[in-house]
Amino acid sequence: MSNSHEQTQESLVTLTTADVEAVRGPTPSPGFKLPRQLLGLVLPVLLVIVWELLARAGILAANWFPAPFAIADTLLELMRGGELARHIAYTLARVLTGFLIGALAATLLAGVTGSMPLVRRLLDPTMQALRSIPSMAWVPLFLLWMGIHESSKIALISVGVFFPVYLNLLSGILTVDSKLVEVGQVFKLDKLQLVRRVILPAALPSYLVGLRSGLGLGWMFVVAAEIMGASRGLGFLMIDGQMTGRASVIIASIVLFALFGKLTDLVLEQAGNRLLGHRGVVL
Amino acid sequence: MFSVNGGTVTALQDISLTVRQGEFVSIIGSSGCGKSTLLRIIAGLETDYQGTAQFEGEPIRGTGLDRGVVFQEHRLFPWLTVRQNVAFGLGNSTSESDWESVDEHIDLVGLNGFEHAYPHQLSGGMAQRASIARALANRPRALLLDEPFGALDALTKIQMQEEVLRIWQKEKATMLLVTHDIDEAVFLGDQVIIMSNRPGTIKKIIPVDLPRPRDRGSYEFTQLRSAIYAEFFRQEDKPFAYAI
Repeated sequence: MSNSHEQTQESLVTLTTADVEAVRGPTPSPGFKLPRQLLGLVLPVLLVIVWELLARAGILAANWFPAPFAIADTLLELMRGGELARHIAYTLARVLTGFLIGALAATLLAGVTGSMPLVRRLLDPTMQALRSIPSMAWVPLFLLWMGIHESSKIALISVGVFFPVYLNLLSGILTVDSKLVEVGQVFKLDKLQLVRRVILPAALPSYLVGLRSGLGLGWMFVVAAEIMGASRGLGFLMIDGQMTGRASVIIASIVLFALFGKLTDLVLEQAGNRLLGHRGVVL
Repeated sequence: MFSVNGGTVTALQDISLTVRQGEFVSIIGSSGCGKSTLLRIIAGLETDYQGTAQFEGEPIRGTGLDRGVVFQEHRLFPWLTVRQNVAFGLGNSTSESDWESVDEHIDLVGLNGFEHAYPHQLSGGMAQRASIARALANRPRALLLDEPFGALDALTKIQMQEEVLRIWQKEKATMLLVTHDIDEAVFLGDQVIIMSNRPGTIKKIIPVDLPRPRDRGSYEFTQLRSAIYAEFFRQEDKPFAYAI
């Protein structure tokens, strides 16, 4: 110890090339190495295995907590009649229609409130107030207005999608770097050009964030919409499973919701990264 | 070429400044003396002031393509390539000759090979070069540089000063440089305008009659530098006065 103390007195910092290499990056550990993307799969796979084992050992009651293989069986059985494909198609169609309507309305409105301060002062407080209404509170009203048909479900999903898209796009527009706007001014861009060439591209990252969380809410709301009254769709399948006491059907529906929710999000994520990748931004 | 006759502006007081065509003028002052405000008035980015500012005999009423601006930050658009950024000021319908101007100016600032790179892939010095090319692509009559190398490291800074000098000699545009670096002001300017703090006003105008390229180590250069230094710090405050 006293030896090293003497050394520090002589020279405060001593670096050899080996030290620098160590700072630059960890040396890869030898032996088996899982790709980083697959690392996230380890826990779920382990859980499923444990679950299956517990079910087979009879610790989990088969009717309340069916084993993974039983759920896969249920899925296969549902698929055989083409019934499952129909449910999925209905749910997907509802989510996508609601998403498109909600996102389109939000985009137009945020574009207007974002570019016209007067309209913003007029409209934005109302939007903020509407936003704080729990979305499920709309359900009875929409049912009353539009009945139990498609339109009430799509309206509910649209409302869910609308707010995150609107809020993110608006904040994206309002927080555009004023220094970049100034460059536009230096080059004598008129208001429309400024919006098209500076403000919209600058707001794109927050817009994409808004679209993704909007889609997430769209999936949440389709469940609510289908549970409250539907004769087709994955949400209906869940209710059906509940009515007929088949837990495996409910869990199979949950798995499908997770799967399609993730898949549609992946599409948006990929599209976003393609649009933003060259900025050095990753969604 | 320029004339700014000031009444009281928040930052400036009783400024009277005239810049001749083709001249390289350095404006130096400590931070907060209003030197950037002066430049922004000439750029047309500040319009709320009393007094008159003219460019080529016309009152300045706003920004104009005849005045290019280079800011301290490169301010490149992160979603455009170097080439698209440089072409930004040329409008939507960039013609064949416009693209020639773009490539010529990319060439001028030494960014060939990086045309299709995005700003986040560039170093600070390279990004600032691209921003100079963008300001020049419209062939402005004057280039306004607002502490353009303030954020660069010392070595890159010296390199960029030499580049700007070369560009000035080649493009023959009037250049107005705001800086807080005495060395830079003397190295580049035909005249150095010294501004004082509170109120922001012109304290002294020092002509620099040294031939270019200037030798930063030469006797005349260091004399001028000391003279300007003395304008900011009283003689007895001079840190090296007794140390030599």
